[in-house]
Amino acid sequence: MSEPLLKIRNVESYYGPIMAIRGVSLDVHAGQIVTVLGANGAGKTTLMKTISGVMDPEKGQIIYDGHEIQGLDPYKIVNHGIVHVPEGREVFPLLSVNDNLTLGAYTRNDAAEVELDREMVFTYFPVLKARRNQEAGFLSGGEQQMLAIGRALMARPKIMLLDEPSLGLSPILVQEIFGILKRLNSEQNVTMILVEQNAMIALNLADIGYVMEIGRIVMSGTAQRLLQSEDIQNFYLGIKAEGAREERRWKQKKTWR
Amino acid sequence: MEIFQLLVSGLANGCVYGLIALGFVMIYKATEAVNFAQGDFMMLGAFVMIGFNNAEYLGLPFAVSIVAALVVMGAIGYLLDRLILRRVAGESQTSVIILTIALGFVIRFVVGLIWGHEPKSLENPIIGQDIAFGGIVLGLEDVAVIVITLLLTLALYLFFQRSKLGLAMQAASQNQLAAYYMGVPVKRIQGFIWALSGIVAGIAGILFATKGSVDPTTGLIGIKAFAAAVIGGFGSLPGALLGGLIVGIIEPFASRYMPAGYSQIAPYALLLLVLIFRPSGLFAQQRNKKV
Repeated sequence: MSEPLLKIRNVESYYGPIMAIRGVSLDVHAGQIVTVLGANGAGKTTLMKTISGVMDPEKGQIIYDGHEIQGLDPYKIVNHGIVHVPEGREVFPLLSVNDNLTLGAYTRNDAAEVELDREMVFTYFPVLKARRNQEAGFLSGGEQQMLAIGRALMARPKIMLLDEPSLGLSPILVQEIFGILKRLNSEQNVTMILVEQNAMIALNLADIGYVMEIGRIVMSGTAQRLLQSEDIQNFYLGIKAEGAREERRWKQKKTWR
Repeated sequence: MEIFQLLVSGLANGCVYGLIALGFVMIYKATEAVNFAQGDFMMLGAFVMIGFNNAEYLGLPFAVSIVAALVVMGAIGYLLDRLILRRVAGESQTSVIILTIALGFVIRFVVGLIWGHEPKSLENPIIGQDIAFGGIVLGLEDVAVIVITLLLTLALYLFFQRSKLGLAMQAASQNQLAAYYMGVPVKRIQGFIWALSGIVAGIAGILFATKGSVDPTTGLIGIKAFAAAVIGGFGSLPGALLGGLIVGIIEPFASRYMPAGYSQIAPYALLLLVLIFRPSGLFAQQRNKKV
């Protein structure tokens, strides 16, 4: 296979004295959707923040298209074409939908092209067009998530970092948003790194999966292979094997004691 | 008639309070720090203007002096952020507050050293002129202050709503982290906001000096402006201006219709009432985040 678009090598990041990611390496090839799975506190979000430059790694390299980008200022990383769609949407609540999108294109200076991209975002998310003059704080959770994705698209990203886009959304909305992500990947050729707790839907969308636990990658492979792995089925997909029922009975007893 | 005159002079004072309050709120929203030197900024702006304009100093033409004074104030705001405040970014609120209070003292004494401690007034083309119509006599300077504040408010509104830089400033103040994610160079934007608040303070200072004399302790009305910002709802720009106007209007009415001395208390009494009954201020902008 060709050289990966993004190479992460032995990255370590700290929150103060606490080591949140402990030597993570992963590869992302152009056009792929790579998902990073893991429980709360596994370090997924930290990994995303380290890539987008909001956190600086203590060690390791992040190589994008031949350039080392670890520790650069966030706006330089956006300029390289890596845009972060943060966990919890983080729209600008008092600004209109339109202004939120305008800010997504903050690093660009080609006004005419930006307007074309705004129309492109509206074709993927028609609801945003209908609400373009409303304050973003008044949108529903699903609409805010769409706005967060649309806002990131305005930067014309090569790589989009998606941090739990399914968070707090109804299953139907999650299906809708993941359907749009799939289309963006194939139609606009946006490479994606997707962090998820909802392993089933993430593995169904992604090409490659990595599993993180307490700051390390513990498993990786094609999404297909991970879907069939017994460990993943037990712990991330909640598919019950014989042994799991035993454990469940033990748990119940404990609760009632 | 008397009421109308009180209203106009109150509004004129209120405009100055409002502009100082605006500076407080702009910096607070963008950097989450309260700049307690904002009143002293205003006073410094007045003296810089006097320094450029008055015959005993440089004696430049009035219009040239205004431009020069505002450029200097913008530069001072930017450099303060760049050289001093950026170094304490991330420290506790208290240390930033203490730092800005200290900065206020420094400004007061530096001004005293350069221009002396006596009250000075700005030589200006409209001093002491009145306009009279329908039995009302208004000081021209009061009317000018109100008109200029209105124009400045309009200009700031357009800047924040229409320009990309203004939008980025709003974004950085509403959600700093998201602004970083969008590629907004937040630190640089904060520097610009300090520059802008320096300019606004400069305008407030020029307006203040047009209405009367200033001395290095004039900056202490910053405390009243801070009260105005809280009354209006700390964190809301229109609220800051309106809070300033309310405080400005209360004063002359309190001194006319209440026993002597109460006019000084009135704004703070209102502050207490607002804090008790509407703690987020009269015109607070708040949205709850959806989860």
